[in-house]
Amino acid sequence: MSSVLILGATSGIARAVAAEFARHKYDLILAGRDRPELDATAADLAIRFDVRTHVCVFDVLALDTHSTVLSSCFSEAGNDLAGAVLAIGYLGDESLAENDLAEARRILDTNLTGCVSVLNILARHFESRGSGFICALSSVAGDRGRQSNYHYGAAKAGLSVYLQGLRNQLYHRGVQVTTVKPGFVDTGMTFGRPGLFLVASPDYVARRIFQAIRSRRDVVYIPWFWRVIMWAIRNIPEWLFKRLRL
Amino acid sequence: MPTLAYAHENLAGWGRFPVEPCHLYRPEKQAELSAILQSTREPSYIPRGLGRSYGDAALNLDAAALCSVRLNRFLLFDRDTGILECECGASLAEIIDSFLPRGFFLPVTPGTKFVTLGGAIAADVHGKNHHRDGTIANFIRDFRLLTPAGEVLTCSPTDHGEIFWATVGGMGLTGVILSARIALRRVESAYLLVDYEKARNLQEALERMAASDENYQYSVAWIDCLARGGSLGRSVLMRANHAAAADLPSKVQEPLRVPHRSHFNIPVDLPALALNSHSVGAFNHFYYARHRTVQHQLVDADTFFYPLDSIRNWNRLYGKRGFVQYQVVFPTETTGDGLAVVLKRLAQSRRASFLAVLKRFGDANRGLLSFPIKGHTLSLDLPMARDLPAFLQRLDEVVATCGGRVYLAKDAVSRPETFAATYPQAEQFRAIKQKLDPKGLFSSSLARRLRIVNG
Repeated sequence: MSSVLILGATSGIARAVAAEFARHKYDLILAGRDRPELDATAADLAIRFDVRTHVCVFDVLALDTHSTVLSSCFSEAGNDLAGAVLAIGYLGDESLAENDLAEARRILDTNLTGCVSVLNILARHFESRGSGFICALSSVAGDRGRQSNYHYGAAKAGLSVYLQGLRNQLYHRGVQVTTVKPGFVDTGMTFGRPGLFLVASPDYVARRIFQAIRSRRDVVYIPWFWRVIMWAIRNIPEWLFKRLRL
Repeated sequence: MPTLAYAHENLAGWGRFPVEPCHLYRPEKQAELSAILQSTREPSYIPRGLGRSYGDAALNLDAAALCSVRLNRFLLFDRDTGILECECGASLAEIIDSFLPRGFFLPVTPGTKFVTLGGAIAADVHGKNHHRDGTIANFIRDFRLLTPAGEVLTCSPTDHGEIFWATVGGMGLTGVILSARIALRRVESAYLLVDYEKARNLQEALERMAASDENYQYSVAWIDCLARGGSLGRSVLMRANHAAAADLPSKVQEPLRVPHRSHFNIPVDLPALALNSHSVGAFNHFYYARHRTVQHQLVDADTFFYPLDSIRNWNRLYGKRGFVQYQVVFPTETTGDGLAVVLKRLAQSRRASFLAVLKRFGDANRGLLSFPIKGHTLSLDLPMARDLPAFLQRLDEVVATCGGRVYLAKDAVSRPETFAATYPQAEQFRAIKQKLDPKGLFSSSLARRLRIVNG
């Protein structure tokens, strides 16, 4: 049976994505920081969907541990690893980040540096096998910088560009790279925050992500209309955009 | 970095009365839950599940409601014993979806499956099998309680028994139930064999129940609460047992699957007058006439246990002002008289209850605030009206005089005097709560209205 590696597995979206793969009878390797949470989620998926689950403690900010941790994930999966989903995101506190470099770095390192480190390792692994998929969650926030979350947006923009390059490179080696740009999703990251609209459920987002991977899509906006919204937002001239309060 | 963000929401129970601004938290990790409690930035906290209690049990005016629905994971399942351990935000619907196909059903279920396990324990829910099996507490092996002091205690009838019996039926006031172990019931099919029987009046309904309820695992009666005079309390008894695999006709190919039902949705609030004594009277007339006394009807579990779950948002039928579900129990000795008075007053006031259900209870358990006592329970859905609270408070007096009580999970209008008179173990409850929660961190709008807690 095939398995899938989920990194950042305790987030709201990741849990739903893991469940979607489990529903389709994939075994799961769940990697994340919080061991009790990983254990609970792993038990839940194993009971609900009758699949095998394995957990692995992993911290995206602990860069020097990545190759060891991922090697153990690869050896756990053997040759059955169908692909990996990277569901790591830290929205952070924008106003804090503007004054405190530590917070700014936490946002950049979690969403960009740490992800790049992981993706490089994943890329070499799947590249050497000549098959598999890599799916990473970026964000519509990376499509244009806005005053309300431009640290997060900058990191996600960097990630999106990195993924473009990676896709271009791995296309020639038989590995699919899918960039997912969710809009607002109803998880702990957004719950209770003001100014949200068109909020999608994690289950819906997970189904779309699964379909996108299955149909080897390159860049997907979820729900789809964010592609239109972001197209419009990207096309607002800068002299006008800077005057808006977004 | 746990998120401590909350949403300012105007929350209501399923009856949509009252509506109160609360701070709604929705932790996704156990650590976030503890962090929210430790932040002490709220005057008080109350756990909340799917919001299916009817009144203000899961409301906390200008304070915290802790929504549990994202802490809903199954943790351990033992196929041999049928014992499931799961986080308490898991809904009964999720449990059925996963385990009915494997031959297990809930040992006790209320009339909707859209409640969380935690909510079910906190209200010590009963089902149509109370006369035989008691409440859900009988099937809870133990649970882990996050106390207001931040400790996690594993409570069962034998370990921390006091706290167990204060928490069961304790309406969330002793802390947050994190996870529980529940013994599921083994079944051979997703179907029941139902006997329908008409009773011409209350007397006849009670006699039939007393005579033959013991032959059925499940027993309940629909009651026409608009019928008057000699027909007062005319009913249709619906009593059932689980169908064995051998009872199913050959056309049922998957015995453990509930056939797909279409779902209606009530997309908007209906005008407040949509359910009036005429429309309900017409419905009741039709409903009573339609039923025949028939035996051994094969009915699937969803249809039998959860008839209203197929209508999403059915509470909108009552319009924006909402409704009160009034559920009371009378002890056996006073049942006949008590029910007659309630039904007469209801019929006289021409208040239409679209749903009226009568059910016989078995013995009470040790839950300090548990609702069921040996006798009969009647539940009514009454559209909210300006004079409804006063009307129900007068009925409360009848109930109290008869030695009965009101179900806290449904209540929205009772007075503290009624609570004090009808829940004699409230003092013991307060003593245990005082030990667990000396600072009074756990409270709800219901608890303050009925003075279950001070302040």
